[in-house]
Amino acid sequence: MDTESTYSGYSYHSGRSRGSHRHGERSRDRHKSRSKDSRSEKSVTINPAPAEPLLGDAAVRGEQVQDDNWGETTTAVTGTSEHSLSQEDIVRITKDLEESVGLDCRRYFTLTLAVVLGLLVFLSPLAFLVLPHLLWPEKLQSCGTACEGLFISVAFKLLILLLAVWALFFRPPRASLPRLFVFRALLAVLVLLFVVSYWLFYGVRILDSQDEDYQGIVQYAVSLVDALLFIHYLAIVLLELRQLRPYYSVCVTRSTDGETRHYNLGQLSIQRAALAVLERYYCDFAIHNPALLAASKSRAAKHLAGLKVYNVDGDFPAAPAEGPGNNAATGMAHSQSRAMIAAAAHCRDSSHNELYYEEAEHERRVRKRRARLVVAVEEAFTHIKHMKEEEQKKIPGDVMDPREAAQAIFPSMARTLQKYLRTTKQQHCHSMESIQQHLAFCISNNMSPKAFLESYLKPGPTLQYSRDHWLASQWTLVSEASVTSGLRDGAVFVLRCADFSLVVSVKKIPFIRLSEEYIDPKSHKFVLRLQSETSV
Amino acid sequence: MSFIPGQPMTAVVQRIEIQKLRQGDNLILGFSIGGGIDQDPGQNPFSEDKSDKGIYVTRITPNGPADMAGLMMGDKIMQVNGWDMTMVTHDQARKRLTKKKEDVVRLLVTRKSLEDAVKNSMGGQHIRKPH
Repeated sequence: MDTESTYSGYSYHSGRSRGSHRHGERSRDRHKSRSKDSRSEKSVTINPAPAEPLLGDAAVRGEQVQDDNWGETTTAVTGTSEHSLSQEDIVRITKDLEESVGLDCRRYFTLTLAVVLGLLVFLSPLAFLVLPHLLWPEKLQSCGTACEGLFISVAFKLLILLLAVWALFFRPPRASLPRLFVFRALLAVLVLLFVVSYWLFYGVRILDSQDEDYQGIVQYAVSLVDALLFIHYLAIVLLELRQLRPYYSVCVTRSTDGETRHYNLGQLSIQRAALAVLERYYCDFAIHNPALLAASKSRAAKHLAGLKVYNVDGDFPAAPAEGPGNNAATGMAHSQSRAMIAAAAHCRDSSHNELYYEEAEHERRVRKRRARLVVAVEEAFTHIKHMKEEEQKKIPGDVMDPREAAQAIFPSMARTLQKYLRTTKQQHCHSMESIQQHLAFCISNNMSPKAFLESYLKPGPTLQYSRDHWLASQWTLVSEASVTSGLRDGAVFVLRCADFSLVVSVKKIPFIRLSEEYIDPKSHKFVLRLQSETSV
Repeated sequence: MSFIPGQPMTAVVQRIEIQKLRQGDNLILGFSIGGGIDQDPGQNPFSEDKSDKGIYVTRITPNGPADMAGLMMGDKIMQVNGWDMTMVTHDQARKRLTKKKEDVVRLLVTRKSLEDAVKNSMGGQHIRKPH
């Protein structure tokens, strides 16, 4: 429930209500200062958590350079006009300045708008009730029993509305999305229109004419509160319920090692779908380990270096980027590359053989080290015993807390564990400190040695490791369609971070035609077949 | 049709000649066979001796070529065009009967009623040995 204006768990009055004059002026200023924002609206950032330090300037600059190219090749479809551009400026400014300062600005901006709209909404019914008493108390009819009953109803409905708005909108934000959350903005506009039209009616028909029928006024206030409750119901349906039913199946593939998962999503906009995918990424995908890709990269390098092409005819070498007129050169370049590919295919190098034996050897080595590790850990665990409360009082000897116990038994298994981690290329994911902490955790929870080893034998999801090993904290959503448009069958977007990218493709779940067939339970009859019978 | 293992078998047979009928791309005879040395003889409803693994006629298409030629349900087929059918697998029997190059099959079949008929009439002088 987040807009691009960060942390907007704060209300459904996201900072983009068009009716707000204050905001309009601010955006006009931004317009002028905008100058050369060549970055198209397509590449926008998603920060997964608030106040997250950036990876570094290099990464940021890298992103921006790439974004220029994207600006040329993608279609420019914008969600909202000047507001989102001003948002771009805000984002750019925050990237230049210190992170926390910029984000706080956005936060407070949205928060103030939210509070203003909220106060307007909550105080309107009360104002409707109180103003007649203030302005023309003499003329007013006294409030009878039914009217006072309506007071109670107003009070409780306002209380329910308050609790409901708190429950739905005032939640800690979990992400900052690049663009406006369309539904929230629509709802904010709707609420504002609503309240404004009620005030107009009130102002013209009641204030001006100084109506004496107080009961009617109270009923008018009650109807406003009812309508606000209904708008809240609409908010629930639009924001929460609509995307619960699965409608699309998305296939998420990591670009470096091909790990793929499939998820079911409902009808969401692309940015919200990206958010859902990222949340599941942290839980489901194994941590990205660049050390495992080194082998294939070296193989690829060998392939490239293996063949050299010499031009025997003495023509100019290939430089195909000369322009459309140079057909001969480009033709030759094409034929050259084709010849190279053909030759590479025919080349009888034994790289597949190498790979096979290398992998078999590696497998064997891993298994050997693993066996040694399991034995060492089991032995280490037998050295300590978890004492119960009563026993502790009886034996006042050398009693240790979990950390000390872990430190005591760690040296006996440290070397084997380190060798194993090195063989499986995981050594950079685990530090000594983290291993000792995990060991203390396991022994204080009475876990078996196998349970302790589980997190080292298999690469776990990204969340399991400490934050500095994630290699995946800042994401960029790259999409050809506008990120506030909904998912469609066949849409593809890419979530890019510094080291790898997640390619997400969307497929619609087919319309299922289910028909029924009734089988009478008594209709199950059987007959023995006479062996096999063939008709000739 | 008693069968003593190791001893030559005797049976009263009837010669039936069936013309194959062309149906589309196939030549059909109009009956179904069951049995064979690779099948379970205990399931055969037509055999007297439940260890008989011969080829039996299990079904006849009414007004088919076999029906016209006089083949009856429960007949045991002893020979097809000179080929023995008493010790063949089910698939071999099917192949012998469905050779595409042959338009006519000459079967030697036996049934209980034949033996009874011969016994009742002449007392065994017209028994033909199958070869």
